[in-house]
Amino acid sequence: MTGGQFGLFGSDPWWLVIGKAVAIFGLLVLLTLFTIWWERRVVSRMQNRIGPNRVGPFGLLQSLMDGFKLAFKEEVIPKAAHVGVYWIAPVISATAAFIAFAVIPFGPTVSVFGVETPLQLTDFPVSVLYVLAIASIGVYGLVLAGWSSGSTYPLLGGLRSTAQVISYEIAMGLSFVAVFIYAGSMSTSQIVLAQQPIWFAVILLPSFLIYVTSMVGETNRAPFDLPEAEGELVGGFHTEYSSLKFAMFFLAEYINMVTVSALATTLFLGGYLAPWPLSLWDGANTGWFPVLWWVLKVQLFIFVFIWLRGTLPRLRYDQFMKFGWKVLIPVALIWIVIVSIARLFRTDVALTNTELLVVGAVSIAVLLAAAWLLQVRSDRRADKRAQAEEDHARRASEVLTAASTGHPVPPLPGQRFEYTPRRSTVTVPGSTAPADSTEAVAPPQEDRDA
Amino acid sequence: MNVYTPIFILGALAFGFAAFSVVIAGFTGPKRYNRAKYDAYECGIEPTPQPIGGGRFPVKYYLTAMMFIIFDIELVFLYPWAVAFDQLGAFGLVAMMLFLLNLAVPYVYEWRRGGLEWD
Repeated sequence: MTGGQFGLFGSDPWWLVIGKAVAIFGLLVLLTLFTIWWERRVVSRMQNRIGPNRVGPFGLLQSLMDGFKLAFKEEVIPKAAHVGVYWIAPVISATAAFIAFAVIPFGPTVSVFGVETPLQLTDFPVSVLYVLAIASIGVYGLVLAGWSSGSTYPLLGGLRSTAQVISYEIAMGLSFVAVFIYAGSMSTSQIVLAQQPIWFAVILLPSFLIYVTSMVGETNRAPFDLPEAEGELVGGFHTEYSSLKFAMFFLAEYINMVTVSALATTLFLGGYLAPWPLSLWDGANTGWFPVLWWVLKVQLFIFVFIWLRGTLPRLRYDQFMKFGWKVLIPVALIWIVIVSIARLFRTDVALTNTELLVVGAVSIAVLLAAAWLLQVRSDRRADKRAQAEEDHARRASEVLTAASTGHPVPPLPGQRFEYTPRRSTVTVPGSTAPADSTEAVAPPQEDRDA
Repeated sequence: MNVYTPIFILGALAFGFAAFSVVIAGFTGPKRYNRAKYDAYECGIEPTPQPIGGGRFPVKYYLTAMMFIIFDIELVFLYPWAVAFDQLGAFGLVAMMLFLLNLAVPYVYEWRRGGLEWD
């Protein structure tokens, strides 16, 4: 690597660099238009509808026409808005969404007008870190849009989006660590090449699952689309945006969707490499064919996004944050520890069978001890819970008097204490708390859902 | 050409497109003045306190941001270690495990103190 070069990257003639940049720009706009149409069609089919089918063949031009329509709509800027920030926020969002794509590899080295060049705008030793950095810049677009609108709902929606994106970015970043350990590089093109025999999605399955979960949270898509929970927040951070400013946020959202899908493809599904049965054919990984595999893999992820939206209801915000901070992050950290220890043992330490057995026995003993400790703790908690239930049952059997409530409104004749289960005392079905006392006072959880 | 230069070319293209769209929308769309239209999206009453200047929001967001910074810095340390994992060997592994343990202590503390609860 000399003079700012990284392999073949940095040696392209200027016209090729501009050509690639324009091609990526055009591809992203086209993919956005296509994805919006595709999403509407697929979700329609899942809901027994037909979806847009009037404008162009199969309604393909629908999203383009929607874009034009938005351009001819009146722009309403609320009078309380901070005008400068209000204008710059959609530009930040859209620009950040576009430039994150600069390091995604579409294919191997090909010949364009006689020049050997990789099918990738650029690459450097830290390109995955660059994608994360740009994703963080995109957050500015959200929080500034929410704040500058001068309206309550966008402010809350913007904060929610921000909290959500930064929370899931951690889980996302942690899921990359195992990939870097195995690839020995943070450059996207080398990570793809490191998956030549087998994809990382197979050998690092937990990382892959954590990434796929957090990428949905990161892009604010269903079932994690809480910033747009219309029953609570109207439209979230872009409530006060209209016309093409709104279109920029929409564009950024869909480009981000494509970007995280492309990143998943690059890091876990072997990027542009041909999938298994096809990879037996030597020609599958040469020339322009890999672009086709890349497109198919990215479309697979986009379909999963749409599928999730058509299938799952939205999570509650506290459940969502709990899932991110209390499940994804610890699991990712533990997985990193496991992967790194396993990797070290495989490469550095040559163990005899006896030693391996000793190590296995010790780790099983440690796990058993941990399980025993956890059981003791949960038993103690169950006892405490049963005690609380008993108290409630005792109180429920007494007819309330004016003196026993302490409430300004005296109880009705014969009124009994009504027990509402709280989160800390509620009996989880299947726990060890006595069932008879709970049945009497609190209906089981399932009945209330019915 | 430097490997970072193409990013700026793509960035200029994207910025140009976004800025053009945002500016052109003011000329292409109609303008029909109506006082109520420029109020904040609310029940018709101006929000008090105003989000800009006097806005309040739950302190949980601040806590989340602090946690994000801690874990993001953890990531910044984890990445170079992961890339050079095979060269660093056992020493690097032990050092990183100690670092993770160090971070696990405040994490568990905050968990137990309810810093990760949202209700």
